[in-house]
Amino acid sequence: MLTSQFILEKGQFLNNLDIQAYYKQMQSSSIVMSYKGAASNDLLTSLLSIAQTKLAETESKSAIKKRVFSILVEILQNIYHHYEAVHGNSLHEDDAITFLLVKLDDTYTIITGNYVASKDVMMLKQRIDEVNSLTADELKEKYREQLNIGVVSPKGGAGLGIIDIARKSGNRLEYEFEEFDPHYSFFSLTVRISAN
Amino acid sequence: MENFYLEETSKTPKLSFDRKTGKFLMSGRSIPENSIEFYRPLFEWLDDYVKSPSDKTIFDIKLEYFNTSSSKCLVEIFRRLERIDNNSVVINWFYEEDDEDMQESGEDFKEIIDIPIVMNVIEN
Repeated sequence: MLTSQFILEKGQFLNNLDIQAYYKQMQSSSIVMSYKGAASNDLLTSLLSIAQTKLAETESKSAIKKRVFSILVEILQNIYHHYEAVHGNSLHEDDAITFLLVKLDDTYTIITGNYVASKDVMMLKQRIDEVNSLTADELKEKYREQLNIGVVSPKGGAGLGIIDIARKSGNRLEYEFEEFDPHYSFFSLTVRISAN
Repeated sequence: MENFYLEETSKTPKLSFDRKTGKFLMSGRSIPENSIEFYRPLFEWLDDYVKSPSDKTIFDIKLEYFNTSSSKCLVEIFRRLERIDNNSVVINWFYEEDDEDMQESGEDFKEIIDIPIVMNVIEN
């Protein structure tokens, strides 16, 4: 009896602490926006519209605002196209995508997480590793090369999105893959954009 | 042949393509999820236009931002205009003076497209 009460109290204490810690974290790291849930065309439109309003509040430089927003568009639309491919399978729809937009000091950080087909993991890794290995000038060349090809697939394709994200962010793209089951992996991507 | 006109939305640009005067305008944003679907009617209109174009074609592009699938569609549009006699087509690329990204984008197209692209700074 005593033990269970202790556990209950301890549990409540922990919950309380968690919320406080979370709140403090939210304040200090100034999360501009966060989302976890399903992905659909309409939701994406709403998310982008909210992001735009939030950025208008936090960022005074028009060029930076545009840069952060356009990178966000590219990332979320990339995820959405992947989501369409993954959708309809055994995954929980409620936590299909996670995304966080944080401004800390003079850097914006966009962190996203979503499920991808495990068979695509190698290709995605290779693409990101490749753009990470290129200098700014090489990225520009690569972008122009891909652009010159024109429309190749109904989804744009050829990794132009990843090149564009790397080029605009000016930083290495950080990523992680975690196997969820034999068919799907959780892919998280971190993109940093300097606001200076 | 009719003019091609579309109002701007929060995700798609205003498109105003005047058949007779050859004055073309694209302004606003271009971030549709499916860019090809959005631009296909314009591609078809342009396929017709280039068969008997106006004496002069002036294409003003004033975009706030666009996604990469739209940039591929812009290439498709420019490729069609490349079929017209080169001296009668001009593309005016507008960008805000501190917007390096939009300036770079204009330079990208300049590099790969065979039509004069004039860079125009909009002062803030």
